[in-house]
This record gives sequence, structure tokens and C-alpha cells, in this order.
Amino acid sequence: MTTTLPAYDEVVARFEPVIGLETHVELGTNTKMFCGCPTDFGGEPNTRVCPVCLGLPGSLPVANKAAIEATVRIGLALNCSIASWCRFARKNYFYPDMPKNFQISQYDEPLCVDGYLDVEVNGETVRIGIERVHLEEDTGKTLHVGGATGRIHGATESLVDYNRAGIPLVEIVTKPIPGTGALAPEVARAYVTELRDVLRSLGVSDVRMEEGSLRCDVNTSLNLPGAEWGTRTETKNVNSLRSVERAVRSEMLRQASVLDAGGRITQETRHFHEETGDTTPGRSKETATDYRYFPEPDLVPVAPDPAWVAELKAALPELPRLHRRRLQQEWGLSDLDMQSVLNAGAVELIEATIAAGTTPAAARKWWLGELSRRANETGVELADVGATPAQVAELQGLVDAGKLNDKLARTVLEGVVAGEGSPTEIMTDRGLEVVSDTGALTAAVDEAIAANPDIADKIRSGKVAAAGALVGAVMKTTRGQADAKTVRELILSRLGAS
Amino acid sequence: MSDLTRLTAVEIAGLVAGGETSAVEVTQAHLDRIAAVDDRVRAFLHVDTDGALAAARAVDERRAAGEELGPLAGVPVAVKDVLTTKGVPTTVGSKILEGWRPPYDSTIVQRLRDAGTVMLGKTNMDEFAMGSSTEYSAYGATHNPWDLDRIPGGSGGGSAAALAAYEAPLAIGSDTGGSIRQPGAVTGTVGAKPTYGGTSRYGLVAFSSSLDTPGPCARTVLDAALLHQAIGGHDPRDSTSIPAPVPDVVAAARLGATGDLTGVKLGVVTEFSGEGAEPGVLAAFRESVDTLAKLGAEIVEVSCPHFRYALPAYYLIAPSECSSNLARFDGVRFGLRVGDDGNRSLEEVMQLTREAGFGPEVKRRIMIGTYALSSGYYDAYYGQAQKVRTLITRDFTAAFERVDALISPTTPFVAFPLGARTSDPYQMYLADLYTIPTNLYGGPGISVPCGLSDGLPVGLQVMAPTMADDRMYRVAAALESAVGTLTPPAL
Amino acid sequence: MAAISREEVAHLARLSRLAVTEEELDTFAGQLDVILQAVAQVGEVAAADIPPTSHSVPLTNVLRDDVVVPGLTPAEALSGAPDAEEQRFRVPRILDEDVAS
Ligand SMILES: [Mg+2]
Ligand SMILES: [Zn+2]
Repeated sequence: MTTTLPAYDEVVARFEPVIGLETHVELGTNTKMFCGCPTDFGGEPNTRVCPVCLGLPGSLPVANKAAIEATVRIGLALNCSIASWCRFARKNYFYPDMPKNFQISQYDEPLCVDGYLDVEVNGETVRIGIERVHLEEDTGKTLHVGGATGRIHGATESLVDYNRAGIPLVEIVTKPIPGTGALAPEVARAYVTELRDVLRSLGVSDVRMEEGSLRCDVNTSLNLPGAEWGTRTETKNVNSLRSVERAVRSEMLRQASVLDAGGRITQETRHFHEETGDTTPGRSKETATDYRYFPEPDLVPVAPDPAWVAELKAALPELPRLHRRRLQQEWGLSDLDMQSVLNAGAVELIEATIAAGTTPAAARKWWLGELSRRANETGVELADVGATPAQVAELQGLVDAGKLNDKLARTVLEGVVAGEGSPTEIMTDRGLEVVSDTGALTAAVDEAIAANPDIADKIRSGKVAAAGALVGAVMKTTRGQADAKTVRELILSRLGAS
Repeated sequence: MSDLTRLTAVEIAGLVAGGETSAVEVTQAHLDRIAAVDDRVRAFLHVDTDGALAAARAVDERRAAGEELGPLAGVPVAVKDVLTTKGVPTTVGSKILEGWRPPYDSTIVQRLRDAGTVMLGKTNMDEFAMGSSTEYSAYGATHNPWDLDRIPGGSGGGSAAALAAYEAPLAIGSDTGGSIRQPGAVTGTVGAKPTYGGTSRYGLVAFSSSLDTPGPCARTVLDAALLHQAIGGHDPRDSTSIPAPVPDVVAAARLGATGDLTGVKLGVVTEFSGEGAEPGVLAAFRESVDTLAKLGAEIVEVSCPHFRYALPAYYLIAPSECSSNLARFDGVRFGLRVGDDGNRSLEEVMQLTREAGFGPEVKRRIMIGTYALSSGYYDAYYGQAQKVRTLITRDFTAAFERVDALISPTTPFVAFPLGARTSDPYQMYLADLYTIPTNLYGGPGISVPCGLSDGLPVGLQVMAPTMADDRMYRVAAALESAVGTLTPPAL
Repeated sequence: MAAISREEVAHLARLSRLAVTEEELDTFAGQLDVILQAVAQVGEVAAADIPPTSHSVPLTNVLRDDVVVPGLTPAEALSGAPDAEEQRFRVPRILDEDVAS
């Protein structure tokens, strides 16, 4: 199919998008949802399994207390109501990565319902409604062998590893989000970003999209202004923040071209392709299995004690959005300045640097200046640039004490990033400390005056501005290790011009 | 020494503890008996000769070392093949698990080991515990020791027949709709279904999770109580296990054995004491009711109007749960795989595996359950059945406000000839007419021999409130003290 | 009136992953029909306002502490597998795309 896609501006001028997001988060509990197997990432295949998570005949599930608690905390952070009583359900379908051929999930009785998450897009606050937050179990991993691409198509056989099977998975489903217009892709991305930050602040998951501990399905539909919402598609396999944005955008374009050609949108699952940025059809919902949900008889209902829920609520950490607001105020930043801090991913680094005894301005200067430049050049995250907040604070302390000037400090920082040691060690080892020995300095000044009699005369005659040249000469002989201000004062006093 | 296989568990344990015989001797006697009669009875699917003798030796060594032995140490026990046994074949009576040796023990089996009992082997059963005659076993039917041409009941026919044939003094069964009590009734043995949650389901291959209950089978009420005590109680690996101690069933059985039921009020279930049962069964039941009255019990009639819907509700709930529980038998992680010729897809191989691995009754129930859970049918079938379950529970609750326990015949008919009901599945279902309500409610029930009808055993069922298992043991032991145990003709 | 047709039985068999034969379809259609007509009796009970019972034990919040418990070795885990390769369970090629959770 080689239909030319319409231009995005044109599409959003004629159609209104409605989006929705389903996010699956693997919880960072020690053990799986229904058994005592560890959840750590990356073990040899089938080394974190037991009769329960292998679905062996006779085995029974017992729910993980920590997973229930984490889910309730997520629900609270997303302003949800917490169910006073709910049950797990079985979702029945055959697939080899699911050991029991049913998934223990929640159906019509989720643990948390009806909340919201506020996100900022272009300086505006958009409130995203949260339909439900529920708990279920992850599947195993299937390796498709024999095909060219490692994909299911063309494979001759598949190999299954159940290490991941049974890891607690929280599913967070938004309500449909209408009215975002051209911003739909950005809103989708901002939502997932904010959700990720919330989950991180709660400490319930390592929320790494690359490792699959945060996975996103994106629902998209288009309708004409004033008309009913259109048929939606569900795009799966969206595994980065950038992809969330691209998936919405590309699906809007695709649907518009179908509609423009007089076609109808099929309600279906589509797969997102990271390489091309487009989506291809998967299973159509019309032929979808009947999951035959029913209450899981092997687990008894969960009835969170309201007092316990209140305790959890009171103990929630400050959520990222409020936290950022407070910092912006404390640091005295404009919206624009705060935005650049956020964009650089420097909030926590600056916070930690300040906590280590530096002023907000100095901390921001180092992280947004020298270190951001360096991170960009080497293509790493700022946090991985090679300097720690403690080291940056130490460096600034040396500057404040007059032991380093700005130029020397930058040299020391390079050494820190290169892993040569702490700022003090580098300064000492490389002999970079500002020369404050007045005797040595006076000698250097006298030497410069003797070597430049014309300039000395000018200064003596009141042309103080000419001192710059002599300062330069002194700095050169001291290899930059003198404090320029001290040198200048010394020159003027020696020439009787101060 | 008299024939060791004719003794009760209490007697055997006493002799072993007193050093008058050894656990090895006792075990060998039972292994010999199995070798002598089981080709005709076919109670066992697997006899673990080496494991049994090793366990017996361990008991003898502990005794020799002066260790204190539990009340069942050295007593052989036969285990229904529905419970996982580490390294010992577990088939659930199905081809789909042929040759499977589980890598773990069920809690019940673990507790049997801890109690020093000696597991002789695994007993035959209807495939996946679905049936009332043991004819649906993929490994052939078990025969009733009272008449080898008749069924031993089901699904736990193997365990009951092993007791009646003196191949084991104790056995474990599981009761989803009557699979302990009905085989007990038709073989003249004692079978008790504990309160749901009173015995652990961990390692019990699930048929219907909300109903399955493992429990004791024996030739006397006291033996059953001792076994119940040994296997019962809270298990953290089963979320539906009740965190409370087992009611003192042993004391209750001893109290009942005194033959005094003064102050005990028993309700005869109106709906189960008239039409539907064979005349001989009703006659034996009526006589037992008179006996219970003579022992001092006050007898009243109690109507439980919703019990007539128990059978249809059960045959919706149990198949629904089974359709999901049995989905895991797909030839991927364990058990049979059929048709993997390098060309067929997984879907085809799964279908061929399940088609070849499951028998017709299992397929019927899986399809009924799939139907009942489908969208569009859920409310009218599964949903409605669960509401009926509530009403049946209310019937029980109301009844137990008036009486201490309910009584009825265990089953409407005595052991029928092999093959008599296999062509009409629904006729087979009727065998569990009287036992099913208890499963839907979750309370305990026991079947105790109450007489003969045309030379075949009849059982009386005692049903008690949940976690009042002790009450049913008291009543059953009292009746046993008056009626005596039944002895089948020599094999 | 029959409660269930031959085609419906075929559909149920497919949903249940059972490759039933043509002959079985006929037998099962008859038998399931008898059973379904009988169990449909539950519909006679007026129970509109009756809550359903899914569990007979009055328990809630049966939860496990988040503590690692030793499981199976890979050898034990794979001991019953019909086929294994590279310490994984081997299955024939899969037709369906993954149905995500
Ligand atoms: Mg899900
Ligand atoms: Zn596990």
C-alpha cells in the first residue's frame, strides 16, 4: 500500500482525535505476584520458577502483600478511589507464554477506580482521567526460532522461558481523552512521562521502558467535529516515550487517509514498529476470543482496610508535579529556566548538589552548563556524565574558598569527569591551586613591570585600563594559577596608581 | 499374629508403637494383599513398593531410637491419584498425565509423611475426579469388592475399594460433589468430606477449585477422624485454607462411640428421604433413623427447598471451573504431546493433544463449562448457579438454627453394575444427588455404613455446619457403634 | 427444542482446544443437549436480588509476605516437558500473534 499520507496540519484541521492509554507496569517487588520466586531481571532461562508460576497441576496462588500495597499507593497517587472489596478474576485464553492458559487479572472489580493525573503540555495543565488501576500477572517470554527476524512470522518453533511469568503487573487505564486536537501526540507522551515520574517517586517500579518494565498500548480514533467518536484502534508494542508520540501521530495520519478514501476504520489491534514509526494490523477485535472471565476461586477477595488506606495516603511522597513547583519557587526560577532544567533531566542532580551545600545558582550553572554540554557531546544521560552532585558541590566549595578560579575549576571538572579523583585531589595532584603566595606574586609583577616599561608608564600616568596587559603577562608566567583580581591590585599598588 | 490387613489403623499403630509388630511387617502384609487381590479389584494405579518399605523402615528406626511416634505412625495409607507425590507418578486417572512425576509433594502427602504413615501407592479414580463410578478412569474401572461386577463408586472408587478389599486400612480421597462419601457408601466404608478450607488443596490437581476438598477414608469412624486430624489444618500455600485448628474430631468420634446421642438434634432432610431413592436404600436409612433415636437423638424433619436445584447448579459451577482449570493441560510444560511432527502448528498440536489426552466425560464437562462462562450465557448459567448456591447455603444456615446436624441417605442407589450408566451421562450425575448440596455450601459431610440392601452396602450421610466437623463424627460413630462395621464377602 | 446445535458444539470444541471428530460432534451434541436442558433448571429459581456465591469460605485478605522462597531447579522445572531446548520449553510454531495482557 503506497497511499500518500495527508499532512498532519491538514488532518487536525479536519478531524478531532480521541486518545486513550493503557500502561502496564512491572512492580519492583522482591517476589512474584502469586509465588515466592524472585523477580530480578536477566537470569538464565527457567531459573526463577516454581510449581505455581509454571502452572503445574495442583499448584495454587497466594497474593503478594507488597504488590497489593504498591497498587493501592499507585491508585492513591492517581487520585483514585480504592475499592473496599474486590476480587481477582480469570481471563481465559490459550497462549504458551501463559502457564495456566488463563491470566489472573481483575475484571469488573479493580482495586482502584476513577482518578486523574494532571500533566503539563506547553505550559497548560491537562487533566487526564484515570478509569482504573488493577493488578495482574505478567507472562513468560517466547523466543521465536527459525525465522529471519526472530519474529513470530516465519518461525519454525518457539522456546519459552517462564522467569517473567507471574511478575506483578499493574495496569493503568485512562478514560478516553478528547479535545486535545493537534496536541494529541504530545499529550500522550506527557502523560506517560508524568506517569513514569509518579511511579518512580513512589518507588514501586524501576519503570524502564527499554527493559519492558513499563509498556504502553495507545488507543486512537478520529471523528469529524461535532460527530460521534470514531472507531478506535489499539496500538501495542510502544516501548519508548518518543514512540508513544510517534504512534499516536502515525495512527492519526493513517486513519485520516483511510477515512479520506471513503473507508471505515476497523476496530483492531495494531503493532508499532520502532524502525519505521508506523503501525501494522494485528488481531481484529471482531474475531477476538471470548475471555470467559469469572471470579478466581483459588484466591479470596481483597478488602483493603480503610484505616490502612488512609495511612498509605498520608505517607505518599510529594508527587513530581508539586515537587517541581516547590523547587522552582525555592530556586527562584522563571518558568522558562525551570523548563530548561527539566529538559536537561537535571532536577534531582541540582537538588542533590544543593543538599551538599551549594547555592541553587551555582548548582544550576554547573549542571546546565559544563556538564550538560559534555553529556550532549558524549551522548549520555546527564546523570551518567561522570560527575556526582557531591563532587560538583566540592568543586564549587573550592571556588568559593578562592582556591580555584573559574578557568581552573573547569579544568578540575574535566579531571573529575575523566575519573581522576575528587576535585581536591585533582587540584592538588596537578598543582592547579590559585597562587596566593604574595611574595612569589610580587616578584612576578615586578618582573612584568620591568619587561613592559611603556605600559607601566601609562598606568603611572593614570591610564589604569592599561593594567590588563600586565595582568595578562603575570597570568602567563604563573600559568593561570594566580587570582586575576589580586594580580591587578598588586600591579596598581606597585605603580602607585591604586 | 492375626491377619494384619484386617486391623484398624488404631490397632496397627498400637501394635507398632508397642513393638508387637513392625511397620515393615505391616507394610509387607498390605503389599502382599495388593499382590493377591488387586488384579481383580484394580484399586491401584501405582504401587510404590520401594517407597513404602523405606518409609516403614524409617518408622521402625525411629521407634528403635526411642522417638515418640504419632498416633498413625507405621500405618499404611493409599492415596487417590489426584494428589501430587514428588517423584511418584501422578495421573489423575488421565492419559494426559501418563508418566508424569511431579517435582513436588502436595501438602496432604507431606503431612502424611510427617505423621509417619506409609504411602502404599496411588489409587484409581474417574479421570480428573469427574464421575461417580471410577469407570471414567483412562486406566480401566475399579471393581467393588462386594461384587466385582459392580462399580465401587466414584470418583474415589480406588481408595474406597482398597479399604473394602483390605489392601489398605486408610486412604485419602477428594470430594467435589460426593467423591469421598458416595464411594464410601457403596463399598461399606467410611468417607468424610471435611469443611471446605479445613484440608489443604495445595497439590490437589484441581477439578473445581471452589468445591474440591481432600479428606479421609477408612473402615471405621475413629480411623477416619485420626486421619482427618493428621492431614487437616491451616496451610499458607492455599489461600482458601481456614486459619483455625481442626475441630477435635478424634475426641468427637470417641464420644460418639459410647453410643449416647442424648441432647443431639438431628434433621432428616425432607427432600432427600422420599422419592428418588431405591426402596432398599430408604428402608436401611429409615431403620438407621430409628436407631439414632434409640441412641437418644431427637429427630425432626427439615425441609431444604433449594436442595433440588443443587444438582443443576453443581453441573454448571463445577464444569465452568474445570474448563479453566484444565486449560493448562496443553502439552507444553508437562504431560502428553500428540502430533508434533515438525509441520503442525502449536494450535493444532494442542488440539490433538487434548483430544487424545482427555476422555469423553472430561471433554463434555469442559465444553459445558466453556458454554456456561461464555458472554451471553454467563448470567443465565454460571451467574444464576452461583445465586442458587447462595440459596442453598441459606437453607443450610436456616436448618442449623433448628438442628445440630442433617441426615440423609448418602446416595440414592446401591452399587450398580459396571456399564449400567455410562451411556447416559446425566443418569450418572444422579449418584451425587444427596452429596452435592454440602459441597456448594462448604460444610462437612460423612458417610457411614448403615445397613445392607440386597446384600450391598448402604450409607447414611451426616451433614454439619462449617467448621463443626466434630459433630458429624460424633453422630457417625454413634451409629457405627450400633450398626457395626460391614464385612464384604471374601475375595 | 434443542439447547445446543452441532455447530455450537464445534465452536465450543475450538474454544476448548479439542480436535473432536465428526462422529464425536454428533454424540456430544446429543449429550450436551440433555445436560444443558437439565441444568437450565437453575433458571426456574427467582434470584434476581440474591447475591452470587463464588467462595464458600468467609475469608478476605489472605496475603503473603514479599519474601523469596526457593523454587525449582531448571532441571526439575523441565523434567516433565515433552520437549525442551536451551533450557527452555520448546513448542511448535505459533500461528497467533501474541495477545498482550
Ligand atoms: Mg491487562
Ligand atoms: Zn514461582
